[in-house]
Amino acid sequence: MAHIIIDENKCKSCYICIGTCPKGLIKKSNTTNKLGENLVEFVDKNKECIGCAMCAVRCPDMAIVEVHK
Amino acid sequence: MENEKVLVKGNYAIAQAALNAGCECYFGYPITPQTEIGEYLSGEMYKRNLAYVCAESELAAINMVIGAVSTGIKAMTTSSSCAVALMQESLSYACADQIPVVLVNVMRAGPGLGYIYPAQGDYNQSIYGGGNGDYKLTVLAPSTVQECIDLTYRAFYLAQKYRNPTVLLADGLLGQMMEPAVFGPNPYPEVDNSEWALTGAKGRDARLIKSLGPNEDEQIKLIYNLFEKYKQIEDNETDWEEINTEDADVVLVAFGSMTRNIKATMNVLREQGLKVGILRPITLYPFPNKRLNELADKVKDFIVVEMNMGQMVNSVKLAVNGKARINLINRPVGQWLSVEEITTEAKKILEASYASV
Amino acid sequence: MQVFKIPESMKKDAKFTYCPGCDHGIANRLVAELIDEMDLKEKTICATSIGCSVFLYDFLNVDCIEAPHGRAMAVATGAKRARPDHFVFTYQGDGDFASIGIAESTHAALRGENITGICINNTTYGMTGGQMGPTTILGQKTTTSPMGRFVGTYGYPIHIAEHMALCDGTAYSTRVALDTVAHIKQAKQALKKAFQVQLDGLGVGFVEILATCPTNWKMTPDESHERVRTEMMEIYPLGVYKDITKAE
Repeated sequence: MAHIIIDENKCKSCYICIGTCPKGLIKKSNTTNKLGENLVEFVDKNKECIGCAMCAVRCPDMAIVEVHK
Repeated sequence: MENEKVLVKGNYAIAQAALNAGCECYFGYPITPQTEIGEYLSGEMYKRNLAYVCAESELAAINMVIGAVSTGIKAMTTSSSCAVALMQESLSYACADQIPVVLVNVMRAGPGLGYIYPAQGDYNQSIYGGGNGDYKLTVLAPSTVQECIDLTYRAFYLAQKYRNPTVLLADGLLGQMMEPAVFGPNPYPEVDNSEWALTGAKGRDARLIKSLGPNEDEQIKLIYNLFEKYKQIEDNETDWEEINTEDADVVLVAFGSMTRNIKATMNVLREQGLKVGILRPITLYPFPNKRLNELADKVKDFIVVEMNMGQMVNSVKLAVNGKARINLINRPVGQWLSVEEITTEAKKILEASYASV
Repeated sequence: MQVFKIPESMKKDAKFTYCPGCDHGIANRLVAELIDEMDLKEKTICATSIGCSVFLYDFLNVDCIEAPHGRAMAVATGAKRARPDHFVFTYQGDGDFASIGIAESTHAALRGENITGICINNTTYGMTGGQMGPTTILGQKTTTSPMGRFVGTYGYPIHIAEHMALCDGTAYSTRVALDTVAHIKQAKQALKKAFQVQLDGLGVGFVEILATCPTNWKMTPDESHERVRTEMMEIYPLGVYKDITKAE
């Protein structure tokens, strides 16, 4: 089942991934970093992820560490 | 062939000695009075299938040397005075990087573009350095074509042994004169650089050679380590020549090809009954401070003879530390001070000295 | 089936220190991916440069020599001439490559050194706080061109990929960007080509990568990529400016 794994330690809250995911499955999370910015999380209740890895390709911080199809 | 005595020009002697020392890369730019080195090596490197680049500038050349020696291969560049000035940033980097850069500076007259006649105006540039921060180059000063050969061998060895940029500081006279000399085999052993050279991270962690130091504590530690290394160089490699100093009241001090003139001057003055000796540093860094200071217990006058406005004289003053009189005979650039001129000046200085006693 | 992972050639637990939205992170990763895919790690030597680009050596797990500002192509020349069987590349910013380093960059290309040059062009001197650089666009405001770059005082910007293409020793020169997934994939192919021309002994392989600098542009990451897409690509069109493997 397609999914991604995010390493919150690396996320810098640039939010590029949010606009990149064609299914809109990445959202701001309630977790904040030291600067008070919200990190992101993968939310896929309806199993819509297609494992395209576009989010990982665009993430400038390798915060999306794995993508599975 | 190796042990045959040949008549050879200084510049060619340096070039061939570099090859004998295992130099596999030459990167250079023409500048009088050392252009023959690059010209000679262009043919010889090609014959041996070794690396030769006509660099676009001396600035590029020194950086090519940095690239080559970082990979553990011997490389050098040769230049003169004003163009060595271009290299100062890179020399500072290379000292912090701790890589065995070899540079030959065949001095010409400055300041600025100056002219191609010989001078000794780059003592300060070599010893105090024109680059930024605290660092020291190992500096060797030949006085004959034979020493051009011997000290080129030593320069490559010391650079590798201490992982420190090393300068062979010659001058236009030496570069251009022809003298009999023997090349002989390179007497120094190979130094193992397999612990630090960039050879591709095969079967080991990646290595980094850098001088960026954003961590203050680490930067301080690096600098102290460098200076511990410099202390080792001082303890082990300080080299000089002294003649007739056992009973000398007066010691003439010079470096490079001026040595020849003070040796002859010493003989003339000895014939006239003056107790004159000479001390001539072979390593300008490390400087023979200890020996000069020891001599100053008995010697009353040191006379420094150099072709500049007084550069090595300051090192002698520091070494002697007030224990004896320091005098200077100099000419800014050009025609080397003759034995007659030095003799005349020396006698004037000594008359004044003795008169004031 | 896993379709994406962190490249092996990245240092374990590498955590980029670049600003949020900075394209260095993507460029670094693409280089690492290619080093993995082309099995180059054990014979790679990288000459890094000065600027934000210097941090590559904190993350990429290959032998690196930090070149003085601007001199990476000369340092790379020395390394490749000393070890011709190794893979030698540079990773530089636009200031490093095309301002202070323009002579070294140009002459390495004229000599046709078998090295690969990568230039990350964000139209500004990033590390030092956003001053005007050699590729700052006319009209662009920076800390040293506060009224906007104008010709009278500041002259014209340089078109780096075109400039490199003019040099006879350049085998491949191209300009790419990292603003969309499609462009990132194109950029990776371009880098792969630039690596391959070195391996084939054809001369300089050069890739200019249009990139963001959100901090100094005072834009969000998304706005920055929009600027790359609109303003920058208008002046610096993407494309292949030289490819000797496709000669008539």
